[in-house]
Amino acid sequence: MSVLQDLLREYLPILVFLAVAVVIAIALAASAILIAVRNPDPEKVSAYECGFNAFDDARMKFDIRFYLVSILFIIFDLEIAFLFPWATAFKDISMVGFWSMMIFLGVLTIGFAYEWKKGALEWE
Amino acid sequence: MASFFSDTYLGIALVIIGQILLVLLPLLVAQAFIMLAERKIWAAVQLRRGPNVVGAFGLLQSFADFLKYIVKEVVFPAGADRFVFILAPIISAVMALVAWAVIPFGENLVVANINVAILYVLAISSMEVYGVIMGGWASNSKYPFLGSLRSAAQMISYEVSIGLIIIGVIISSGSMNFGHIVDAQKGSYGLFSWYWLPHFPMLFLFFISALAETNRPPFDLPEAESELVAGYQVEYSSTPFVLFFLGELVAMTLMCALVSLLFFGGWLSPVPGLPDGLLWMLLKMVIVFFCFSMVKAITPRYRYDQLMRLGWKVFLPMSLVWVVFVAFAAKFDWLWGTYARWAVGG
Amino acid sequence: MIAFSFYLFSICVLVGGFFTVVSRQPVHSVLWLILAFLSSAGLFVLLGAEFVAMLMIIVYVGAVMVLFLFVVMMLDVDFAELKAEMAKYMPLALVIALVLLMQFFLAFGAWDANSAAETLRGNVTPADIPNTNALGMILYDKYFLLFQLSGLILLVAMIGAIVLTMRHRTDIKRQNILTQIYRDPAKSMELKDVKPGQGV
Repeated sequence: MSVLQDLLREYLPILVFLAVAVVIAIALAASAILIAVRNPDPEKVSAYECGFNAFDDARMKFDIRFYLVSILFIIFDLEIAFLFPWATAFKDISMVGFWSMMIFLGVLTIGFAYEWKKGALEWE
Repeated sequence: MASFFSDTYLGIALVIIGQILLVLLPLLVAQAFIMLAERKIWAAVQLRRGPNVVGAFGLLQSFADFLKYIVKEVVFPAGADRFVFILAPIISAVMALVAWAVIPFGENLVVANINVAILYVLAISSMEVYGVIMGGWASNSKYPFLGSLRSAAQMISYEVSIGLIIIGVIISSGSMNFGHIVDAQKGSYGLFSWYWLPHFPMLFLFFISALAETNRPPFDLPEAESELVAGYQVEYSSTPFVLFFLGELVAMTLMCALVSLLFFGGWLSPVPGLPDGLLWMLLKMVIVFFCFSMVKAITPRYRYDQLMRLGWKVFLPMSLVWVVFVAFAAKFDWLWGTYARWAVGG
Repeated sequence: MIAFSFYLFSICVLVGGFFTVVSRQPVHSVLWLILAFLSSAGLFVLLGAEFVAMLMIIVYVGAVMVLFLFVVMMLDVDFAELKAEMAKYMPLALVIALVLLMQFFLAFGAWDANSAAETLRGNVTPADIPNTNALGMILYDKYFLLFQLSGLILLVAMIGAIVLTMRHRTDIKRQNILTQIYRDPAKSMELKDVKPGQGV
């Protein structure tokens, strides 16, 4: 049990750190809300626009490209996630392990080349 | 007395809180001077004087700004989602601060000495994007919404190359703990033993990706003044704005710390024989920060399609090829084992 | 302290999950789901699985949830209308819920923990090897095929995403940087001597 306890002992400060940071941030945000005068009027609280009010809702539909970028990001993020244990244990990894990662990277490079060819990486 | 601090819950808690404040308070105060230094540097580049009225040389300028912000009115825009609107800057600032829990400033000078420190920093910085998206969405206004979308796509694009560059360093050092990574850079050649030399191209890639990840110029498209006014920050005023600003500055300082830890040997002294220590670490961070500032002062802004192209078509393939190169070099002992200097277990 | 953290994180997971389901604004649902994921990362840390915990944050919170937010923000669906339609499918939903619940009972009924499990849990890996290393040592050769399979799944996902969402637009101007750089100034400009009164 003690190995686990040592490990958790190192994580405890992070939890406390999070709590302290949240307290500082909330204190900052709350201070202005409490101290400063609040005197809203319809013009002041209206959304920033160029001269006249917006015609439609600000939360509009947007380009599907953002969606594609985030899917590609998930895939590469997972690829990197697989690389982390491999890189950390690199010195203990056998030849099989080494080449298996090279095959993995090769497969994903094919995907990357396909993406490139299809123009998915172009922003227009 | 010593047993009080190591055995009782209250003692342990006091020690932890003390350590945390020891990191957080200097960090927060340092931000005031970092802001001032930036303004002074840009002013010098443009042959101006910069802030010079409040305090000697304008040293108290940031504190005066801060006081002014606190007494300003917090405006909640009509139609805004109030809860998310106020949560966004808090998340932005908290995420920037929390990452400092694992950053060491010297041998064993670290709040939380965890095994997966780099992964933790990566995880926390991947969450910084939420402050931006939520801020833009909650404002219910066109400019912030567009700014936040852009910013989100930009931040996630460059996270990929940052991750891959870090993998290269991990292969070389065999650990994700910052202490071990710095130890692995220890050598008899002083500053030539550090990773900036074997990982030379990646130093630049990391530096530029760090600029993009923290939305710094020349990649400050989310807040491009000339087209999006101020991006996701348009509707923010008073301390919520300060929190966003603080988050951005602290994230930038974190990148300075990462560059010096990963590539410039952290607290190691550049000349063999001189003692290592905290001062070296701070000096390196200041130098990296100066580079960040100079980049902001002298570069024009990128266009959005160019930014995405750079991230996906240049940085990603380059860092991927570099990972493969480092792996081969480390496995087959190329270049006198420069790439395989494992700190733990050898 | 461990017990306290466990209950703290578990309660956060449950609260997050509950509000994900009941909140009316879909963006709020995503935010509650993020809270649930973060707390479950905390639970993983309590189990000593630090690598999995960090991965949980990087992959789920940092990547998948960003995609969810994009989707939820992009969809221009009237969710009130959708809710009204949901009442029609209520009986079917109840049946599915019942089946799921019964499966849970079956699973827990057959649950049998080894008496050594408690000690094993504390020492999953040898004491001197961090669990990321332990994972790295077996994942790539012992589970070679599964690892390659996951690579193929990622490839399929990549191709699928492109096939489904790529629409190549032809009505816009594209920039070709190489042709721009390699343009010959001598060829791109022609000088003409225009006589007065004659035009070009």
